[in-house]
Amino acid sequence: MISIAIQQRVGAFSLDVAFDGPADGVTALFGPSGAGKSTTLAAIAGMTTIDTGRIVLGEHVLFDSAEAINVPPRARRIGWVFQDARLFPHLRVEANLRYGLKRAPRPHRIGFDHVVAVLDIGHLLTRGVRDLSGGERQRVALGRALLSQPELLLLDEPLAALDGGRKAEILAYIARLKADFALPMLYVTHSPDEVRAVADHVVLLEQGRVVARGDAAIVGGAPVSAQVVGRDETGVLLRVPSSAIGPGDTITLSIDR
Amino acid sequence: MLTAAEWDVLALSVSIAGRAVLGALPLALLAGWMMARTRFPGRTLLDAVLHSSLFLPPVVVGLVLILLFGNDGPLGHVLAGFGIQLIFTANGAALAAGVMAFPLMLRACRQAIEAVDPRIEAVADSLGAGFWDRTVTVTLPLAAPGLIAAAVIGFAAALGEFGAVITFAANIPGETQTLALAIYAALQQPGGEAVALRLAGISFGVAILALLLSEALLAYGRRRGGQ
Repeated sequence: MISIAIQQRVGAFSLDVAFDGPADGVTALFGPSGAGKSTTLAAIAGMTTIDTGRIVLGEHVLFDSAEAINVPPRARRIGWVFQDARLFPHLRVEANLRYGLKRAPRPHRIGFDHVVAVLDIGHLLTRGVRDLSGGERQRVALGRALLSQPELLLLDEPLAALDGGRKAEILAYIARLKADFALPMLYVTHSPDEVRAVADHVVLLEQGRVVARGDAAIVGGAPVSAQVVGRDETGVLLRVPSSAIGPGDTITLSIDR
Repeated sequence: MLTAAEWDVLALSVSIAGRAVLGALPLALLAGWMMARTRFPGRTLLDAVLHSSLFLPPVVVGLVLILLFGNDGPLGHVLAGFGIQLIFTANGAALAAGVMAFPLMLRACRQAIEAVDPRIEAVADSLGAGFWDRTVTVTLPLAAPGLIAAAVIGFAAALGEFGAVITFAANIPGETQTLALAIYAALQQPGGEAVALRLAGISFGVAILALLLSEALLAYGRRRGGQ
């Protein structure tokens, strides 16, 4: 269970966001660029000090302006993954993975071998991070964040720097993480495809405000999402009765102009 | 190839320049980090003061050192209580050379720290590494090539320093007479040009060796995956 209330002014932009997230599954923080998604993540991670608000993760109060509580990032037990993987360039893959693990309090709930197996990175362990492809880097970054034994995983547009095929690959790995580790994830994106692929819950942000909440369906078909993400980015859900088609059947969709 | 006397001057010069770098580099790193990563009132003024030996005549730096570290100076008096004398000693020569080389090392250290992406440090923070932990495990390794460059620049500058050293530590053979001072001394003797020229060649050789050593260290760092 995460509970978030953040008020922050940066110049003319004001962020006023409040929402709760469930204790497991993926909550997508969805909205156009400049909606305040990344600032919200930075505030949760403790990298941005916010004006007023309260951030609670499970039983731990991470930030409370009224009680002057501000837990430093290293003590927040939050894993953070970015679109550019931000691996340590001077360390090999294994040392990158173990960086957070070494510093996490014992006992370790999330095991090294388990993470390496789920992310298929066993063959990369002795490699330098410069030799990795974009998808490999992102898998190592996911593993490194997971192994720091976090109670919440923040994913800040983790696919934005990848091409189409790699996006699908990493999405599949994120879905596996969701299945294998009972860990809440907060996933920032402005792609409806990604929301539909991994999100269990969606918080729709626009201009620093929460404008809608619901399940993944609200980003496709709902009128509000066309306004939020623009016509080019929004998707449409076609509901086809399962009685109408069988396995292996082909549906042809033609669009008349 | 080299005479015993030349070896002695060479060894003394390397020892003095080495001590100068050893003493000045940690301070240059600290100051460079402050300039690169912190903002505080008076920062620009402090920066100017730290660079003062760059724009003051070396003989003035030597004079300031005499006033501070001479036997009657406030710091010299304190050190004398511990039985330490700097003026007219090899350590004093290292102090003068280190003070002169300091601004160059400070600039190189500052650039080395500025080149480290603060977002990488933030990742280390989120992975549980506190300030000193991430400084030792992330910031310094990533800044290492620039810090090696700072050490080499400082060593070369300290090796060639003349004015501040001769003013503060004098020109005492076997104690404070470095290559630069020995060249000067040779030129004071009739027909000393040949001796001076040989010593100049030795200075040149040491500088080239230091440069090659730093290149080798950088290549080693790159092979290990450092930036």
